[in-house]
Amino acid sequence: MAAVSPNAGGPIMLDGVPLKIRLERAERMRKVKAVGLILPLFIFLMVTFAIPIVVMLMRSVENPEIVQVLPRSAAAMRLWDGEGFPPNEAMQTFAAEVVTAKAAKTLGKAAKRLNYNASGFRSMLFKTGTKLERAIEKEGEEAVLQGPEMLERFIDIDKRWGERRYWSIIRQASPPHTAWYLLRSVDRDYDENTDIVPISEDQAIHVEVLWRTIVISAVVTLLCLLLGFPIAYLLGTLPTKQSNLLILLLLLPFWTSLLVRTTAWLVLLQNEGVINDIAIYFGLWDEPLQLVRNRMGTYIAMVHILLPFMVLPMFSVMKGIDPYHMKAAASLGANPVSAFIKVYLPQTLPGVGAGVLLVFILSLGYYITPALVGGPADQMLSYFIAFHVNTTVNWGLAAALSALLLVCVMIFFAMYQRLVGVGNIRMN
Amino acid sequence: MPGESEALVEFDNVDKTFDGETLVVKNLNMEVGQGEFLTMLGPSGSGKTTTLLMLAGFESITHGDILLGGRSLKNVPPYRRDIGMVFQNYALFPHMTVEENLAFPLEARKMPRDQIKEKIDRALAMVRLSEFSRRRPAQLSGGQQQRVAVARALVYEPALVLMDEPLGALDRQLRENMQYELKHIHETVGVTVVYVTHDQGEALTMSNRIAVFNEGEVQQIATPQVLYEEPENAFVAQFIGENNRLMGTVRSLNGKECQVEIDGGGEVAALAVNVAGVGERTTLSLRPESVKIDPPADGYPDRFDARVEELIYLGDHTRVRVNVCLHDDFIIKVPRSGDAPRLEVGETHTVGWNPADCRALDA
Repeated sequence: MAAVSPNAGGPIMLDGVPLKIRLERAERMRKVKAVGLILPLFIFLMVTFAIPIVVMLMRSVENPEIVQVLPRSAAAMRLWDGEGFPPNEAMQTFAAEVVTAKAAKTLGKAAKRLNYNASGFRSMLFKTGTKLERAIEKEGEEAVLQGPEMLERFIDIDKRWGERRYWSIIRQASPPHTAWYLLRSVDRDYDENTDIVPISEDQAIHVEVLWRTIVISAVVTLLCLLLGFPIAYLLGTLPTKQSNLLILLLLLPFWTSLLVRTTAWLVLLQNEGVINDIAIYFGLWDEPLQLVRNRMGTYIAMVHILLPFMVLPMFSVMKGIDPYHMKAAASLGANPVSAFIKVYLPQTLPGVGAGVLLVFILSLGYYITPALVGGPADQMLSYFIAFHVNTTVNWGLAAALSALLLVCVMIFFAMYQRLVGVGNIRMN
Repeated sequence: MPGESEALVEFDNVDKTFDGETLVVKNLNMEVGQGEFLTMLGPSGSGKTTTLLMLAGFESITHGDILLGGRSLKNVPPYRRDIGMVFQNYALFPHMTVEENLAFPLEARKMPRDQIKEKIDRALAMVRLSEFSRRRPAQLSGGQQQRVAVARALVYEPALVLMDEPLGALDRQLRENMQYELKHIHETVGVTVVYVTHDQGEALTMSNRIAVFNEGEVQQIATPQVLYEEPENAFVAQFIGENNRLMGTVRSLNGKECQVEIDGGGEVAALAVNVAGVGERTTLSLRPESVKIDPPADGYPDRFDARVEELIYLGDHTRVRVNVCLHDDFIIKVPRSGDAPRLEVGETHTVGWNPADCRALDA
């Protein structure tokens, strides 16, 4: 705070202390208390939420393997301009480090990283290491590692070393940071000239999955809105005693874990499940309908689980709408339908907006439900993030896909902000 | 009784019950004249608001019928009744500007744009809010919101406007200003108004006629003056204005005059308004300003000794609480003037009144 001059600082008390400073002193204790109350949660969130997210996002651009395992090669490869083949000295360094790394049993880490770019790279690298070791035994270290025609030696070991592609992969994997994972998360790759190109169609999957994630989320949100609006309206117009009971029923599913509820749907919806049995018994259909392990099952289970998140914000807004507004609209000559559309509906928008945003963003990150009740063609982006974390242990790609999902959520949030305005959301 | 052409609204034997056991409105027969400002006044739960809501169409009529301009309203939904209504909490649409609120009834009537604009301008000018047309209701003060609500109920020129305690949420000063304003609007526009309130001051200020409700029944319908000066029963006398009640028994009855023996001593002459007969109980009603302290000998045949219990100075008058005939809550208003008697608590004075001001009503 700037020094308060007698003229600018407002009234001065008799003891010469400006009023503003006295106010600040009087309010200081309150501020300290407020900060003190928030601090534990703030620290908790920073440690368990914000910092892990940042660390995870960093993973999507980190590229430490080659730098760590083959540091001199990485430096040499970075110096190579990418034209033709790497210079002989760089290949010499590379050969030497492959041999050392193999002996130190660290080669696997680099091999795994290079294998992300081209499958088969791993075995090729180990084969190269073994053959180089053997050659050293036979010809001596200097003859092998200081050889003038290293490329020929490499091609002799494996003829794939004659393709420029493999050398540029090593070069692209050499810097400590790379955009490669992020490119792969949107089905793009570097070619041998380090230009960004779409990857081959049989490998391209993430963009389609992202699109599918958005479509499933949008459909779930729409279904929740269509089913939830009448419920919220009923809850909002019933007397509090009755609406409290119904809200309890609405919240009942929250007493059970998500996993249990999803599994329950699996039991209900499967071919020999309760719903098919009953329908066949009553002759609604003859053959069991495929209700699960497909998109239908995904929608049913997700709508069921997310419905309360749509209803509650809408309910709290509808509860606050003055019932006299509809009477006033009627007395002013509007029939019930037009009174509803012109007077009631616009006032529910803050709640509808909150519900839609909540359900849509929750849907975008859904993983367990589609994984259990959906088919292979219904898996959403989160499934692939989990897949890369748990199965392929490709954390870089998992992080890049997470970043993609996060960006998606932010884009939708920004669009929403433009259209509705977050300030208009009310959850009460 | 007003002629057939003059009555805009007719209540015809209207009953209303919510639970099938008790009647909230009992056998209501009432007419509202064209251009009249009629106030339904009564304590809460007296059926006045229910009557208004039946007229507006928000409550069903259990029995009987309501006619508007000679046409039965029984099967007409509220939005086809063409009745304006001002609600206690204004019920302005918060998501619309003042202008849009006023346009709402006009658009519902599919009026052409230029005509809508003209009518809104005129209505806003009437309530002196022309410069606020683009504001939202939340940006207006309570009084301004109230005026918007009134303008909205009048903008489509309905023949009848209903007001349900519209000034209840305003502070006292604003309420009084709004009373005059509503009265003037009513006089200029010439619209028929049915107004509900439990505030007698409000009713007396604005109304052409007041219908006093109690327990679902109309006790008396009359002009404010008649209601105050000539109440027909004890409830009306007690409810409108200040009133001294003396219970007694009728001793003799002679046309318009009667003799009543007051409980606690003394017999007085009174105006027989609503007495059952000789020997029956009656309530004598005396307005505080009709009672004189130390009255002149002639014209005041009935005199009583009164002990001064309490003096409350109120500027323009002094309220004197005296003990008369064992009633210690007898109030006398003494206007401030040079020849007013000088009173002290504990003194005993003579009080008296003109028999014409002493009304013998139902017990």
